[in-house]
Amino acid sequence: MHISVNGEQHEFNEVEVSISRLLEIRQVESPEMVAVQINGEFVEMQNYPNTYLKSGDDIEFLYFMGGGSQ
Amino acid sequence: MIDFTEEQLERYSRHILLDDVGVEGQEKLLQAKVLIVGAGGLGSPAALYLAAAGVGTIGIVDSDVVEISNLQRQIAHFSKDIHFAKVESAAEKMKAINPDITVKTHRECLRAENISGIIKDYDFIIDGTDNFPTKFLVNDACVFLGIPFSHGGILRFNGQTMTVIPYRTACYRCSFRNPPPPDAVPSCAQAGVLGAVAGMLGTIQAAETLKYITGVGELLTNSLLTFDAKTMIFRKIKLNRQANCPVCGTDPQITELVDTEKTVCGLS
Repeated sequence: MHISVNGEQHEFNEVEVSISRLLEIRQVESPEMVAVQINGEFVEMQNYPNTYLKSGDDIEFLYFMGGGSQ
Repeated sequence: MIDFTEEQLERYSRHILLDDVGVEGQEKLLQAKVLIVGAGGLGSPAALYLAAAGVGTIGIVDSDVVEISNLQRQIAHFSKDIHFAKVESAAEKMKAINPDITVKTHRECLRAENISGIIKDYDFIIDGTDNFPTKFLVNDACVFLGIPFSHGGILRFNGQTMTVIPYRTACYRCSFRNPPPPDAVPSCAQAGVLGAVAGMLGTIQAAETLKYITGVGELLTNSLLTFDAKTMIFRKIKLNRQANCPVCGTDPQITELVDTEKTVCGLS
């Protein structure tokens, strides 16, 4: 299976990769720090375990970024 | 039509020379009202560039005083300004660059009960806040009042920004639904930030503001611009308005402004 994560191409041998699994593979330490979208559509956090990726999917991890004033 | 003085024609000549701006564009800038939320790392460069550009009325909101640790990146503040209100310090530099403009200082925290009154008279808002409760509050208030704004965030070597035209383009909540748990996201105060990254991002926000006012080019709407100063890779991630967005969607669950948690105003 061939997917794109934040613009980088990834090849997976696993047949079923959920968002939860992808967060593990990418070693995202605090999933609550990222918003996930697949092909431009927002995915609710509670749906991470049962949302499976398809070949050709375009995944974006959008990081919460504060900063600014202090 | 404004009658430009000789001095104004000279001061703004490099704008006026631009085919896309011209005297008409400069006139729009002089008549525009922009509010900058946060006189810090992002607000400082934005405030100085908007002042220099001749944005006629610039409001600036911040409740803090200048501290020595701010000076590494908050370029509107100088060593002599330590312990003074950030809004006054920023206003002084803005007026020094351009006495042509009006600066309105709001030395307070934005909260659910005061935000609408403060932002309602402005044409465009720059979010340069340091905390998520205020970022979400700015988003929601701008959506409710239909005021376009620029979101900005920085951390370590990274920055992100998007421009939001309420109900027409994706809002901040379309992608970032709710503030993350307070302890999950490191702040610049905890994780650090490269000073120039604040300048890069605040300046992009200023450019978006000038584009919005003059109607030039394509705004950074329906997309999140992210960059990593370590590699200087810039990415523009496509975003879509989400029908199930809790604030600008078809069946919004958020219909009034609320403070999501205790405001962290004044904390440094």
